[in-house]
Amino acid sequence: MKAAAFRYHRADSLAEAGEMLTSLDNARLLSGGQSLMAMMNLRYVIVDHLIDLNPVSELAGISHHDDHFQVGAMTRQRCFLDDDAVAAHSPIFREALGYVGHLQTRNRGTVGGSLAHMDPAAELLGLAALTDADITLSGPNGSRQVAIAEFPQAYMTPDIKVDEILTAVRFNRWPAGHGWDFREFAQRHGDFAVVGVGCLLTLDAAGAIDRAAVVLIGVADGPLRLPAVEAMLLGMLPNADLFRAAGEAARHPEITGDALVTADYRRQLAAVMVRRSLTNAHQRAVQAMNQEHHHV
Amino acid sequence: MSEAEITRAITFTVNGAVTDMHVEERFSLADMLRHCLALTGTHLGCEHGVCGACTVLVDGEAIRSCLMLAVQVDGSDVTTIEGLADEDGRLNRLQQAFSDHHGLQCGFCTPGILMTLSAFLADNPAPDEGHLREALSGNICRCTGYQGIVDAVMDVVAAPAAKAGQ
Repeated sequence: MKAAAFRYHRADSLAEAGEMLTSLDNARLLSGGQSLMAMMNLRYVIVDHLIDLNPVSELAGISHHDDHFQVGAMTRQRCFLDDDAVAAHSPIFREALGYVGHLQTRNRGTVGGSLAHMDPAAELLGLAALTDADITLSGPNGSRQVAIAEFPQAYMTPDIKVDEILTAVRFNRWPAGHGWDFREFAQRHGDFAVVGVGCLLTLDAAGAIDRAAVVLIGVADGPLRLPAVEAMLLGMLPNADLFRAAGEAARHPEITGDALVTADYRRQLAAVMVRRSLTNAHQRAVQAMNQEHHHV
Repeated sequence: MSEAEITRAITFTVNGAVTDMHVEERFSLADMLRHCLALTGTHLGCEHGVCGACTVLVDGEAIRSCLMLAVQVDGSDVTTIEGLADEDGRLNRLQQAFSDHHGLQCGFCTPGILMTLSAFLADNPAPDEGHLREALSGNICRCTGYQGIVDAVMDVVAAPAAKAGQ
């Protein structure tokens, strides 16, 4: 199908986009268009005005800091995936971003667009939840920060007011030597995940887990952090029984079914995938520790 | 909204030719290529970014032309399936390999697959089969002819560069 008629407005700066958003009725911001244009073509979304953020170069780019990195909203998913500095200090990002759509959609799709669209299966929301990210929104009265935990309001409904623009996201870095894993189960590569799992962990000198973060995507309205699973890992020496028990604890009551799969099926997948994901993250953390010892 | 057509002037390059035109703001890149420029080799399957048939290159990168607006290619360099063969109509290596290996059946998805692979091989001249199949995952062939497609690409990848142009 074709999109219903709309007027196109090219914004050349964030300020200009903000003025347009305030002055135009029934307007939407266009970033990469890999979800919005599809929804407009299907006429799920009908707008009178489309404000194109693509020319706003000030919104694109990645800046690196000791304990975090900041990604501009209009950074293409492909640029984010290809960024060697991110892959070096936060390797889970490259592993997860490979699951975002396909190479053609990553060439256009943006980091901010994915966060603002808030599809339940969005890998970027999972990564944000895993790293306790903060999202920056710009509005007529200045900008504000929203913690990722507060960002999802309901299904595909983020905490973004009608006159606000998502401008950047700040992901927190984990210490060198952490273990990581991201994996998905989908019917075909690139499809929306039936279940996706991400986890990060660090080990102390004795090999016990001293920090852990585990998230599920595609199972609820927003990314689902699993604090109960994380708590049961802390202080423990990893072994197969521990990770099996952690997997069982991932059968979260908020996991929902849909037209294709039942909630129980998703819970079973979550249990298996969390176990495998933690096992792999632990192996990677051990490898990283061994390499550090080798260097010393 | 009024039903009057609202157009915008754009200048871009398509298959090497500089093009000036007025295009309707609501037109997708795919519709502009097909309806305004008669470049009908770009096919539209799903029109919501899933099938990959409409893939073209914008500034060398493979993109879905159903999800990009025509007005957004102002100032860009666009390559479509019509831009792959020589001016005399001789197929390029990848196209010839598709013919040799039966890499197409009904042919509807073929233009999108060739454009995806053109960009992919430019970035990854020597992919392994797994990497290639992942790159192909954004293009759906409902004749399910993937094996011939993979064979064609692996043949191009394996052939010495000296054979190029033969």
